Amino acid sequence: MYELTDVTRVYKQKKRTVTALKDVTLTIPDGQMVAIQGPTGGGKSTLLQMLGALDRPSSGAIALDGKQLTKLGDAKLGAVRGSDIGIVFQGFNLIPTLTAQENVETALVPQRVPAAERARRARAALESVGLGERTDHLPGELSGGQQQRVAIARALVKEPRVLLADEPTGNLDEETRDEIMELLEGLWRDRGLTLIIVTHDSAVARRAQRRLHIKQGHVRDVA
Amino acid sequence: MFGRYLRRELGNRRRQTVIIAIGMALAVALVIVVNAVSAGVKDAQSQALASVYGVGTDITVTATPQRPSTAGGAGPQQFDFGADSGATSSDGESQSVSQSRLEVSRGSGTLTAANLATVQKTSGVSSATGVLSLSNSTFSGTLPMFQQGQSGQQGGFGPQSGSGSGTSDSAPTGGADGAGGSSFGIDSFTVLGVDPTADAVGPLSAVTLSDGVGLAKTDVGKDVAVLDSSYATTEDLKVGDTITLASTSFEIVGIVASTDSSSETASNVYIPLDVAQTLSGETDALTSIYVSADSASDIDTVQASLEKKLSDATVSTQADLASTVSGSLANAGSLVANLGTWLSILVLAAAFLIAILFTISGVTRRTREFGTLKAIGWSNRRIVGQVAGESLVQGLIGGAVGAVVGLAGVLVVNLVAPTLSASVGSTRGGFGGMGGGAAAGAAPTAAASAASGSGSGTDEAAGMTGGPGFGGGMGGSSASTTDIALHAPITVWIIASAVGLAVLGGLLAGAIGGWRASRLRPAEALRSVA
Repeated sequence: MYELTDVTRVYKQKKRTVTALKDVTLTIPDGQMVAIQGPTGGGKSTLLQMLGALDRPSSGAIALDGKQLTKLGDAKLGAVRGSDIGIVFQGFNLIPTLTAQENVETALVPQRVPAAERARRARAALESVGLGERTDHLPGELSGGQQQRVAIARALVKEPRVLLADEPTGNLDEETRDEIMELLEGLWRDRGLTLIIVTHDSAVARRAQRRLHIKQGHVRDVA
Repeated sequence: MFGRYLRRELGNRRRQTVIIAIGMALAVALVIVVNAVSAGVKDAQSQALASVYGVGTDITVTATPQRPSTAGGAGPQQFDFGADSGATSSDGESQSVSQSRLEVSRGSGTLTAANLATVQKTSGVSSATGVLSLSNSTFSGTLPMFQQGQSGQQGGFGPQSGSGSGTSDSAPTGGADGAGGSSFGIDSFTVLGVDPTADAVGPLSAVTLSDGVGLAKTDVGKDVAVLDSSYATTEDLKVGDTITLASTSFEIVGIVASTDSSSETASNVYIPLDVAQTLSGETDALTSIYVSADSASDIDTVQASLEKKLSDATVSTQADLASTVSGSLANAGSLVANLGTWLSILVLAAAFLIAILFTISGVTRRTREFGTLKAIGWSNRRIVGQVAGESLVQGLIGGAVGAVVGLAGVLVVNLVAPTLSASVGSTRGGFGGMGGGAAAGAAPTAAASAASGSGSGTDEAAGMTGGPGFGGGMGGSSASTTDIALHAPITVWIIASAVGLAVLGGLLAGAIGGWRASRLRPAEALRSVA
């Protein structure tokens, strides 16, 4: 469960100060599927980075299952990301020189999983997203949808409690978008994940149990 | 994962890997060749020096050269013949004359036995021995019987050969006064008085005995000589023969050759030091002292001590002496030391720079990749290790290729084995030319051949009666020229240090690239490419 209390994030851009998040207080229970919407520059990605332990707030507190993320050092934050949080990016962010299986295996490296088990779990993760036959393909040899499936497999192979997806269908056509969303929903349901999706797409947002709208750093629930 | 990721990165970014590896390979190859050639040149210099100064000599002490005397009269370089100096021929028209002189080379200063004792007592000196470098000159020939009372004419007598030997067998013919002409020969060779009791250091430590025996401790005071093999061959002398020095017959007991067969030894003839001092009239005199230091690290200290104690002498280390090596060897040494070294540094710096820039550029290009890895939990240390590992392997590939290319380059140098000539200034006395001044009353008209030596004689034989006076300038120090085939030695150390440089370059590039990667904050890395 996420608990955000008065989270503010201020960036300094040259001489300008930008408040990306302002006094955000929010609770996201375990197993909830949440969609975050809002205009560009409204603070969506910043909020996702806070939830993903990729960044620290300027003020306020963020707790994941009672663990205060704001008080952890870089190494421990990295460890939290390595074990508890899976992230799916809009641009897939696969390593172009590694095969699909190797890309998935990279997520198990921080946990020091032995090579054989790493390979086995990576293959299983790829099969779970329907890419069991493409384990040896490089990202460049896969379609956009397939690449995003590899990215989802990478996010899920470490069996996290939280899956964060930043515009997961932003680079995909409608048909593929639906496939990916069905996949994510299926995994959320099957694994009891907390799934938080940042999206511009209302069709995607409508699939979520809860919808948050963020504008000028303020977050509100959409009825 | 580390190895697979590294292999994939290097394989998929082949152009970058190849460029960095080529840069490193060029630098490593150049460093190997330059170091090997440099070591070869140093060996050649040592070889050239050893042939003159001996193996094990760390320091030489020589007396400061003296300005040659130009006073008139019978100077030390002058042969004087009186009316009764020679044997008159049967027809009474000519007389044969011969005179031999053993003396310190013109212009050479001398040290004393006390100086040697001072050196031997100096702290850090392992052993020291003194030598007396002499030149034996023999003037022999046939002169016409001059008629007294005729008006004097200036004439000059030059040697038939500047440093040749032997007298002319052809009868002198045709004098202006009808008394017949003249024929002269000059025989000159170098003689080194060495201490037979001290053979650990000095010129004879660099020779090998090719026949007979060397000078032994029991030879002190004896008229025995050891000859340089080249000189013995030229003069057709062998063990058991005799050689005349200053009108004294010496038994040849041994023939020595340089350890390097292509060069000559330090002197033509070696005799016991005490005998050399007696015959030359230079009692207790030495021209050089050869010093061996206790250890290589003591050499500079010993040099400083000796310079302080012997302020009038010149104290030179092997390093100083190396600068006296001239000829194409010196040119090669200079080329290696200057162009080679700077070229190596330049190429090495360029290779390092290329590796660093490519690595930094690679890290910048892979910002999203590293940001993603951090986002999924990779530690900074793992990412830095990955970047450094890639650079290190690129450096190692370059080092390995460079080692092969460098070894091939050294092989080519050794196959070509360019011959370098080395001239080392030594104390050998070369015999210069003679200038002649006829004595009053003499009327020699035989054409005087021009002397080819560097000496000049202006002495006038004033006061002599009935015989010509000859003033001959002895050449001062001469140079020992040695042809040495350049051999570029390859040592494990050279290869290891060159490859080590490549590894260092890789590590440096990796460290800088890794440092940049470690500074990437995952959120900023992802935001910068969003």
